[in-house]
Amino acid sequence: MSTLSDAAAMPAAPRKVRPFYWSLRRELWENRAVYLAPLAVAAVVLAGFLYGSSALPREVLAAAVPGAPRAALALHIPYAAAAGAPFVIGFLVVVFYCLGALHGERRDRTVLFWKSLPVSDLTTVLSKAAIPLVVQPLAILAIAVATQLLMLAWSAAVLLMNGVDPALLWSHLNLPLIWAMLPYGLVVNALWAAPLYAWLLLVSAWAKRTTFVWAVAPWLGLSLFELLAFHTHHVWSLLNDRLFGGYAEAFSVDGRGQVPIESLSQVDPARFLANPGLWGGLVFAAAGLAACVWLRRTRDPI
Amino acid sequence: MVSIEARGLRKTFGKTVALDGVDLTVQQGRIVGLIGPNGAGKSTALNAILGLTRCEGELKVLGCDPWAQRDRLMTEVCFIADVAVLPRWMRVSQALAYVDGVHPRFDRAKAERFLDRTTIKRTSRIRELSKGMVTQLHLALVMAVDARLLVLDEPTLGLDLIYRKSFYDSLLNDYFDGDRTIVVSTHQVEEIEHILTDVVFINRGRIVLDCSMEAFETRYAELAAAPEHVDFARALKPIHERQLFGRTYLIFDGVDRDRLAALGEVRTPSLVDLFVATMSPPNAQTGRAE
Repeated sequence: MSTLSDAAAMPAAPRKVRPFYWSLRRELWENRAVYLAPLAVAAVVLAGFLYGSSALPREVLAAAVPGAPRAALALHIPYAAAAGAPFVIGFLVVVFYCLGALHGERRDRTVLFWKSLPVSDLTTVLSKAAIPLVVQPLAILAIAVATQLLMLAWSAAVLLMNGVDPALLWSHLNLPLIWAMLPYGLVVNALWAAPLYAWLLLVSAWAKRTTFVWAVAPWLGLSLFELLAFHTHHVWSLLNDRLFGGYAEAFSVDGRGQVPIESLSQVDPARFLANPGLWGGLVFAAAGLAACVWLRRTRDPI
Repeated sequence: MVSIEARGLRKTFGKTVALDGVDLTVQQGRIVGLIGPNGAGKSTALNAILGLTRCEGELKVLGCDPWAQRDRLMTEVCFIADVAVLPRWMRVSQALAYVDGVHPRFDRAKAERFLDRTTIKRTSRIRELSKGMVTQLHLALVMAVDARLLVLDEPTLGLDLIYRKSFYDSLLNDYFDGDRTIVVSTHQVEEIEHILTDVVFINRGRIVLDCSMEAFETRYAELAAAPEHVDFARALKPIHERQLFGRTYLIFDGVDRDRLAALGEVRTPSLVDLFVATMSPPNAQTGRAE
């Protein structure tokens, strides 16, 4: 009886589903390197820091001597590494993630399984784009802050055991700046690199093989052609700007990487938002993702 | 109620014509075998029904345009393309969780019960399972979905006999309830003959036979002609003729059985025999191997 009434109730009230959430989970199941690689490199940074921490009391005291900015700056290095190293490794991982995201499922024909489920191509493409744009930055933020907190706790313990006041270290570390700049830098870089990710996803949705070559070759070809034909290098500069400009945008006063930001008052989101390069890039990214949706719908398994 | 309604489906890949004006109507509650040689257009037709390929012509599946509304359609349609498409990196538990998370009509408990009858471990990765076990898993996922249409494209390709048999047995015993529609394509005709309610032969992108199994039995007759009556039987225009152990077997379409009975033994041809008869090039059909 119960099965009968259950069966009758089923079509009337289908269960709530969360296709986007589960698509994200599915991406992370398949591509654990998205967070494991930053985690591993953070562990290496932490291990190195712990190994070298016996010199910490001496370094903190050296930095306390007036007119030793170099020594004070050196105290920052582990904290910068705890954020920067996961950041850089994460970027490398996500480049290859994007290149495989819409290619692998066609190559191994699993796209036929994914498409047998009620998940739209738009949901699928957006979930794949969300990995570099949202999920990985959040993971890196968590990993970096956790690593830095472990460093701080360990430092405090080491300093206390050596009779040095940990507040001396904290006075040199600009922690509010570090923890404000980290999420800001992650957001700026994700937005700045959005067209890059969209391009990689587009290649992965389109190319039959050697996605990396297809991703790189057209731009190198264009640069070379431009150089030989017009003796200019606009394409090359554009590429360079897109690859490395995000760091300069986020972490320098002028957005060109000339003067590093040293206080919170120098952070200028308005300058970043006024950059036409940002908006041009985002338009490119949106168009690229739209093309990905179309390609995923029409492309056959390889 | 009509499950699938196709009018004049046409699809070309470059110069190759995969579908050449296919008309097909499938009523709800039928088990339709789509049978044809390799490259006949079976998969293209099924892909069109599933919204994986765009076609010329009119196509309605459960009232939807499959190309425009694939994701909506997939809440009510299940398909197994072939067994090798489950992602090899995925764990069995992940497959269950994922389908549970995205499919409004998935009954996880039902899938779990089905898996309990197998030796599949929840923690295994799909790459660690044998091909037969992957099929069982896929079947467990599909059978736990309360779908109105199930499409199977060569579902048992590459499986050994035992798994093939149990695949179709499960399908009939645990899944088919008279309301659901099943469309299954294969070129292994004998394997599905006993489960079908309808049979569709497709060759070179065209439907060459479309009839129910009941109609099939009244329409087609195979005559093992007595030697003295062979010429007379040939005059009744058989659609196929073959020689076996010195006897002549002729297949007739729509010839009165009582009339044939006077010429030898009459029986209903097997699907395989009719398949061969319909698929053979015309000259082979009339050519007489002496």
